[in-house]
Amino acid sequence: MRAFFARSDVRAAEIFLAVGLIPVVDLNGAHINFLTDAGAFVLLALGLNIVVGFAGLLDLGYAAFFAIGSYAYAMLASPQFGIHIPFWIMLFGASFIAAIFGILLGAPTLRLRGDYLAIVTLGFGEIVPQTFLNLSQYTNGPNGIGTLDQPTVFGLRFGFNPVPYFYLILALIALAIWLANNLRASRLGRAWMAIREDELAAAHMGINTTAAKLAAFALGASFSGLAGVAYASKLQLVSPDQFQFNVSVFVLSMLVLGGMGNIAGVVLGSLILSSVDRFILPQLTNFVHGFGLDWDFTNARFLLYGVILVGMMLLRPEGLLPSRQRAAELHADRSDPGAAAQEQELYERAL
Amino acid sequence: MDVFLQQLVNGLSLGGIYALIALGYTMVYGIIELVNFAHGDVYTLGSFFSLAVLGLIGIQGELHGAPLVGVIAFTIVCAMLLCGLVGVLLERFAYRPLRNAPRLALLITAIGLSFILENIMQFWKGPSPVPFPGFFPDAAVTLGGVLIEAKQVIVVFLAIVMMAGLQFFVYNTKLGKAMRATAQDREAAQLMGININTTIALTFLIGSALAGAAGFVSGVYYGTTWFFNGFSAGLKAFTAAVLGGIGNLAGAMLGGFLIGLIEAFTTQFISDQWSNVVVFTVLILVLVFRPAGLLGESLPNKV
Repeated sequence: MRAFFARSDVRAAEIFLAVGLIPVVDLNGAHINFLTDAGAFVLLALGLNIVVGFAGLLDLGYAAFFAIGSYAYAMLASPQFGIHIPFWIMLFGASFIAAIFGILLGAPTLRLRGDYLAIVTLGFGEIVPQTFLNLSQYTNGPNGIGTLDQPTVFGLRFGFNPVPYFYLILALIALAIWLANNLRASRLGRAWMAIREDELAAAHMGINTTAAKLAAFALGASFSGLAGVAYASKLQLVSPDQFQFNVSVFVLSMLVLGGMGNIAGVVLGSLILSSVDRFILPQLTNFVHGFGLDWDFTNARFLLYGVILVGMMLLRPEGLLPSRQRAAELHADRSDPGAAAQEQELYERAL
Repeated sequence: MDVFLQQLVNGLSLGGIYALIALGYTMVYGIIELVNFAHGDVYTLGSFFSLAVLGLIGIQGELHGAPLVGVIAFTIVCAMLLCGLVGVLLERFAYRPLRNAPRLALLITAIGLSFILENIMQFWKGPSPVPFPGFFPDAAVTLGGVLIEAKQVIVVFLAIVMMAGLQFFVYNTKLGKAMRATAQDREAAQLMGININTTIALTFLIGSALAGAAGFVSGVYYGTTWFFNGFSAGLKAFTAAVLGGIGNLAGAMLGGFLIGLIEAFTTQFISDQWSNVVVFTVLILVLVFRPAGLLGESLPNKV
C-alpha cells in the first residue's frame, strides 16, 4: 500500500514550514526583502529548468518572458491605461500570456536544431525589452510604468511591507516545485528526457517531439510570467532595463551552478547566486576598503557568471547537486572504462 | 532615388563589416557545428587591440599618403594576429575539451566565454563608448547626388581583399583542402592523415583574424567602439551567415552585404531603433522558410 504522503513530501513540507517562520523570528525588513527578491529568481530558475534542465533546449532569452509577464501586469493593473484587473486574476492571466508568447516563439523555431534555437532565443531576449523601450507611447519608454496595483487579500492591501510578498513568493515556489516534480515524472516529462538524450531516437519511438518541446517552452514561460507579476507588484515599477540579457545569463548560471535538471540543485544554485550578488560581493568590497584598496567587486559580478558557466561546463557540468541521470549523460564522452561502468550503474539506478 | 542610392552605398559599407564577421561564424560552424557566441566579442576585441596599437604608435591628427597606408597595414595586421591568438586560445582551452560532450555543454561554454570577454573589455576601457583616433582623412566625393566617403571605400575594399584571400586559401591550398575535408567528415579526414586538431585551430585562427580586421575597420568607420558592440553585431553577422547558408563562405559574404543593406534601409525608412528587431525578424523568417539559406544546401540531421 502506498503511503498517503511520501517521505520526501513530508521533508519538503518541513522545509517550507521552517522557511515560512523566518519573518516571525527575523524582524529585519531588509532580510525579508532580500529573501523575497531571491525567491522571485528561484521561480525563474525553476521555470528555465523545465526548458534547459528537463528538455535540454538552450533558452538564452528567458528574461523576455519575465518582461512579458511584468509588462502584462503593468499595463493591465495600473493607472497607465486606467485598467485595474485584480492581482490574483493577473497572476495566472499573465503567466498564460507569457506561455502564449512561448508558443509563438517556439512554433516556428523548435523544429530547428538546438544551436539555431539558442541564437533565436538570444535575439528574442534582445528585441522584447527593445520593443517595450521603443513603444514609448504605451510603455513610457525608458522610464517604465510605475505605481502598479498592490495585491489585496480580503480587501486588505499588501502595502510596502515585504512580509506578505514573502509569503506570496513562497507559496508560488511551493506550487512551482510541486508542478515541476509532477511534470518530470509524467509522460510529458519522460518525453522531454528522451528528447534531451537523443531527439532522433525519441521521434522514432513515437514521441511528437515538436509538441513536447513546445510544451516545455510554454510551461517554462508561464513560470516566469508568475515571477514577473509577483516581482512587478512588489517593486511597483517595470522598466526595460530590468530585463536585459544579463538577467537571462544570471538565471542560466543558477541552473548550471546548482545542477541542471535537479530541482533541489536549481533552488540551491539560485539562492547561492542571489546571496553572492546582494551580500557577498558588496561585503567583499567593504572588506577590502578597510585595507585601503579601492576595488569594487560588484562590478565583477557578470564576469563571475561567465566564469561559472565556463568553469562548471569544463570541470563539473552536472552542477553542485546533480541529477543522477543528467550526470551520466554529461559524462558520456569519457572513455575511461571504470567511469563508464560507474555511469552505467548510476544510469540504472536512476531509471 | 538619391536617397535610395545613398542608402545602398551606406548599406554596402556596413555589410562589408558584417560579412567579415559572418565568415568567422560560418567557418567555425562548418567545421565543428558550433555557434561560437564569443565571436562577436572577438570582433570588438579587434577594435580594442587596434586602439591600443594606434595609441602605441602615438597618432596625432590626420594622415595622408604612405604613412596612412603604413599605419593601416600595421594596425590591421596586429589586430588580426592578436584576435587570431585569442580565437586559438578559446578553442584550445574551452572548446576542445568539450568536443565530444553534449551540444548543450558547448553552447553554454560559448555564451559564458562571450560574457567573460565582454566584461574583460569593460574593465579595460570602462563602460562607456571609447573614441577612435581620427587619423583617417575625412574626404568624400559626390557622385550624382550620392555622397561616398573615403572610409566607406576603404571598408568595402578591405573586406573584398580579405574575402578574396580567404577564398584563395580555402580552395587553392593544401591547408584549405584539409579544412574542407575536416568540415565534411572529421573521422574520415583523420583517417586520411589530416591532423584535425591543427586544422580546427587554424579555422579559429583565420575566423578570429577576420573578426579582428572587421574590428579595426568598424573603429575607422564609426569613429568609436564600445565593449558591448559585439553582442548586436554578432547577432546580425550570425543572421547574415544563416541567410547566406551556414557553412558556405560565399553565402556569408552575400548575407553580410544583404544584412548591411537591410539595416541601412530600415534606418532610412523606419527608424534605427527598430533595426535590431527587423534583422531578427529576417532571421526567424529565413529559419522558417529556407533554413538552408540562400546559397546553402539542406543537410539531413547527422545520426
